[in-house]
Amino acid sequence: METAPKPGRGVPPKKDNPQAKKKKPRRYWEEEATPVAAPAGPPRKKARAREPRPPRSKGVRGAPKSRFGRKPQAPKNASDRKKPRRTLSGAQDPFPGPAPAPAEVARKFCRIDKSKKLPRSKPKTRTKLETAEAQEEEASVRAARAELLLAEEPGFLEGEDGEDTAKILQTDIVEAVDIASAAKHFDLNLRQFGPYRLNYSRTGRHLALGGRRGHVAALDWVTKKLMCEINVMEAVRDIQSVFPLLAVDGRGSADPNWNRWLYIYDNQGIELHCIRRCDRVTRLEFLPFHFLLATASETGFLTYLDVSVGKIVTALNARAGRLSVMAQNPYNAVVHLGHSNGTVSLWSPAMKEPLAKILCHRGAVRAVAVDSTGTYMATSGLDHQLKIFDLRGTFQPLSARTLPQGAGHLAFSQRGLLVAGMGDVVNIWAGPGKASPPSLEQPYLTHRLSGHVHGLQFCPFEDVLGVGHSGGMTSMLVPGSAEPNFDGLENNPYRSRKQRQEWEVKALLEKVPAELICLDPRALAEVDVVTLEQQKKERIERLGYDPDAKAAFQPKAKQKGRSSTASLVKRKKKVMDQEHRDKVRQSLEGQQQQRQKQKTAKPTGARPSALDRFVR
Amino acid sequence: MHATKAAKGLLALSQQEELVDLPTNYPLSASEDEGDSDGERKHQKLLEAIGSLSGKNRWKSVERSEASLKVSEFNVSSEGSGEKLALSDLLEPVKPSSSLTAVKKQLSRVKSKKTLEVPLNKREVEQIHREVAFSKTSQILSKWDPVVQKNREAEQLVFPLEKEPASFAPIEQVFLDWKARTPLEQEVFDLLHKNKQPVTDPLLTPVEKASLKAMSLEEAKIRRAELQRARALQSYYEARARRLKKIKSKKYHKIVKKGKAKKAIKDFEQLRKVDPNAALEELEKIEKARMMERMSLKHQNSGKWAKSKAIMAKYDLEARQAMQEQLAKNKELTQKLQVVSESEEEGGAEEEEALVPDVVNEVQMNADGPNPWMLRTCNRDAKEDEVQADSKELPEPVAHEFSDNEGNEKPEAEEDVLLKEFEERRSIRKRSKLNQDAKPVGGQETKDSTTKEVLSELKALSQKLSKDNRLSKKPKESPAKTVPLVQEEEPAPEEEEPLLLQRPERVRTLEELEELGKEDCLPNKELPGAAVEGEQVRRNPQEELKGKKKEKMISLQKLLTTRTPSVTSVAVPTTVEEQEDEVERDQKQMIKEAFAGDDVIKEFLKEKRETIQANKPKDLDLTLPGWGEWGGMDLKPSAKKRRRFLIKAPEGPPRRDRDLPNVIINEKRNIHAAAHQVQVLPYPFTHHQQFERTIQNPIGSTWNTQRAFQKLTAPKVVTKAGHIIEPIKAEDVGYQSSPKSDLSVMQSSPKRRSKHQKQLKKRRAQ
Repeated sequence: METAPKPGRGVPPKKDNPQAKKKKPRRYWEEEATPVAAPAGPPRKKARAREPRPPRSKGVRGAPKSRFGRKPQAPKNASDRKKPRRTLSGAQDPFPGPAPAPAEVARKFCRIDKSKKLPRSKPKTRTKLETAEAQEEEASVRAARAELLLAEEPGFLEGEDGEDTAKILQTDIVEAVDIASAAKHFDLNLRQFGPYRLNYSRTGRHLALGGRRGHVAALDWVTKKLMCEINVMEAVRDIQSVFPLLAVDGRGSADPNWNRWLYIYDNQGIELHCIRRCDRVTRLEFLPFHFLLATASETGFLTYLDVSVGKIVTALNARAGRLSVMAQNPYNAVVHLGHSNGTVSLWSPAMKEPLAKILCHRGAVRAVAVDSTGTYMATSGLDHQLKIFDLRGTFQPLSARTLPQGAGHLAFSQRGLLVAGMGDVVNIWAGPGKASPPSLEQPYLTHRLSGHVHGLQFCPFEDVLGVGHSGGMTSMLVPGSAEPNFDGLENNPYRSRKQRQEWEVKALLEKVPAELICLDPRALAEVDVVTLEQQKKERIERLGYDPDAKAAFQPKAKQKGRSSTASLVKRKKKVMDQEHRDKVRQSLEGQQQQRQKQKTAKPTGARPSALDRFVR
Repeated sequence: MHATKAAKGLLALSQQEELVDLPTNYPLSASEDEGDSDGERKHQKLLEAIGSLSGKNRWKSVERSEASLKVSEFNVSSEGSGEKLALSDLLEPVKPSSSLTAVKKQLSRVKSKKTLEVPLNKREVEQIHREVAFSKTSQILSKWDPVVQKNREAEQLVFPLEKEPASFAPIEQVFLDWKARTPLEQEVFDLLHKNKQPVTDPLLTPVEKASLKAMSLEEAKIRRAELQRARALQSYYEARARRLKKIKSKKYHKIVKKGKAKKAIKDFEQLRKVDPNAALEELEKIEKARMMERMSLKHQNSGKWAKSKAIMAKYDLEARQAMQEQLAKNKELTQKLQVVSESEEEGGAEEEEALVPDVVNEVQMNADGPNPWMLRTCNRDAKEDEVQADSKELPEPVAHEFSDNEGNEKPEAEEDVLLKEFEERRSIRKRSKLNQDAKPVGGQETKDSTTKEVLSELKALSQKLSKDNRLSKKPKESPAKTVPLVQEEEPAPEEEEPLLLQRPERVRTLEELEELGKEDCLPNKELPGAAVEGEQVRRNPQEELKGKKKEKMISLQKLLTTRTPSVTSVAVPTTVEEQEDEVERDQKQMIKEAFAGDDVIKEFLKEKRETIQANKPKDLDLTLPGWGEWGGMDLKPSAKKRRRFLIKAPEGPPRRDRDLPNVIINEKRNIHAAAHQVQVLPYPFTHHQQFERTIQNPIGSTWNTQRAFQKLTAPKVVTKAGHIIEPIKAEDVGYQSSPKSDLSVMQSSPKRRSKHQKQLKKRRAQ
């Protein structure tokens, strides 16, 4: 443990630029380009963990998105690009042409799926397709150039050779990081009001705490100021902070006659609403782009409440008993429910039945979490297993692991770290990269708490994990968990009151209708083929013929007796036969291909054995 | 025409008759009025009238003529005026004179000429006019086509049309054209000129420029020397190459060739040590050379030269040798990389191990190729390593091997070496066998095969001896060897586990293997799962689903029970005092899980089956009971009839969860979302995929940078507020308009047109 810490992936040692043999005389018109020797400070002693989140400069405050527009202007003509124009001063553009855009990054922003082959298109259509592709390319290049503005880098934790990062304690990390980050690690000792659940707001600015025995509190996470604190004198099941900072909590009590409804408070702790149609709520999820508050109840209903208008959109009966496990997929706003029969069902308010049902565990599902890209789902069940599923169409487990006690709570961070709360221990796993699932072999970090875990969430845009447990609340430092760059227009933790108001209006204007929630949101950009076909059919029926169909072959009239009826028929027949032959040829080719596929598919199986002929 | 003529004739006739009547009446009355003053004339007229009545119906014009009684050559008498004058009469006197032929011709032409056509009626004339006018106008208008086309295709149109886009020239460029005009300026410029100060490019004097360009003397010298040296070297090499090329000695070339081959082998050895991947590539090249050789007839004594030699071969020893050499070469090239018998392989593998440093193996292990064989061999190697470590003795033969490769030793020495090797290997194997016996994996197998191995090894030895110096080919065989090696090996179940998780296809194949194993009546530990399957199958009445379901069941079971080693984490959660009866509860839970698990799977499969059934399109039964046959309480329509009137529903597309045993995907269409989708294909698109591709790129500011967003959402037409948008003129697009009308566009000069195109391009680029 007490090995001398070494600096993490530090900056390579800078040398002074070796001077050229003969120094060119510096002219007064040349720019001041003295090679400033990097201030070689003393090597940091305790730099095992670099600062989890570099402190933000004040200039970032309220940085508008228009910064994306500030990029070098490309010259308009190709000729301009080739030879930099000679100016009167003799100075030349040191970086002629447009700024280079890395091709790999640009590929990330290409959204047109070119894998499918298109049917033959007419020239007019082709030009349209070409313009679309050109637009895509240009937009992606611009976006790739704008990547340059994402200056912040994620934090990280790196052990020495053979050192297990899981053995690094929080105290070590706190020692290594700067004061501002160290202040983010703290423990709230609140033994009195039982296990706590917690929720950070989407910007990471506010934190809401709800204790089982009625303690509800809201904090300003950045300033650590207490905004309100009340005791609702009932059991608080779950708490969720909704955009204008309303603390919402589902309450229930052991006494069945007692009221157990959904309550909404403002940031002063004043009760604004009591929603009686959502009763016996166990879990809450807020879908920020749809302004929907999804509640799972003991009665087995999943209810969607539109927060912007205060209406209940749908109440779906899951038909699977008490619902106590819920998670949302941030990619497509589908709600995942875990059931006691080991299945996880995926719900959208548009459908009465689940979109998909996945059998994950042999025992009941205890916790579900979906990562921020919507690619991976982590589940843990009563069979003490922790599994990671691929959500991209196949729903197959990618990796699994048996845990000594099974995980009761799961959460993903913005950069794909997975945390599991098992009893009073918290384990964090990290993947090799950002887009890869966490590898479950070696935990990245572990931490023991003073009580049993009851709620977990990573703080957005901060390398911090909030853990609510029976002994209060703990804020842990987890380097590399959060996204280092935030979108100033979307989720700005430092926005002012005015900016927040403006954002609210814009967000409300851009509210996504609830019925658009589906498994693959990109499918909305497809043509509704069923309706299209139906309409075409109806049109044909109405007109009595198919206007788009190819006209039947009409032989031309010829002279000198060659246009006799017999010859006409003969010519017609010829064309018909040709078409028929083509059709037959095509179908034969298709059959052959299928046969080949089968042939190729066969040998991939097991080694052939002589006994195979007896297998049925 | 004829008809009209006839009509005209008739009309003329009737007029004549009137005229005839008139004079008849009139003279009578006149005679009575005026008396006998000119009785003679009257008489004449009368005669005429009578004559006309009797003879031809021709009305003769009443003409006044002088009375002349005799014919003279000086005047024309009107005597015999009743006779017709024929043209020939006129021409008769002219005949002899040839000077009048032109006139004759003219006359004949006049004679042959038909009458003028009657003008077309008004309607037709107008139609023709219209046609001509249309074609003319369309021709004029067609000159606008490119302009229209461009405007249609343009991304953005700006109105009113701007004549000259305001240019933003940098200040320096503006100054370039500036000239000194005032006397003061001129004076200053003169001064500058005198002192050779730059005027337009004012910052560098010529001296300065020269100094910038100049190089230091030492540098120049060094550079020159370098160049000289390079040139000299080049010339040396060229000369040498020329000399070598001219050498005709066969022996020399043979030596050179051999040297090259040796060098290649050496290089290859080196490469194998340093970069095994590159070595593999080399091997592939050799393999390719073999293929080429097999394809070609190059060394098969079929060429011209070979044929000539064949004739000579009977008498000439050299020729015979040459031919044989060629054949040998062909054989050598086409020889296949041998798959050697088992013992050989093992020996080879060990050799390999000895030869190749551990680093290579590691590299292979790390190479993330999808080839599973590679992985296994690695594992095996690792195992063998362990074995060797146990026996605490590393195989010695490394040095010998190397000496073998070099091929410098005498055959007897080689023999010795090989025998030694053999001994060593045997001892090693014995030791390893002991170890393996401790393991349950491959115990009996090895025992059985010991004798066989000895035999095969002896065989291999003899082969090796016969091979002599061809050890240099060894590296070729190494990749081929690995394959059979792997096939021998039993897949270790622990290793398979992660694979099983990640790749469903693999899971299935392995399961099949397992099934085979079960058929061999091996009491397996995993039987509970299998038993459940059996029960399931027995309960299932539906026969046709059986096979499929079985498979599914197996895979599902597998999916759910992933036996990953529960590695102890650093921090194990502490048990709390509250849960005193933890152990008890644990046990209970275990039991519950053990039973619940099967139920869970069964229930899930049942549910899936039900949903599939419910979502299948239903067949339509149109049979009418009692129609055409007897009907009644217990009577059912015949099977034939039912079959005939059953309309089978078309089979829908395959379900998406067809190959996913643990998933039920809802296939129902989301109608609410469909209402937001595009339902009509816009004009130029014929297929929905084409259109989809054009709308896949998001245009919102959430997904794009500000500039890109602005460009993507730029309006199609931009107008300036408060400006009159005038119709386009020819001048606007570079045509010259004639003063008459805008329509008539003159041929534009190419220069102007190009300018116009440039402008358009520019606009598009913007």
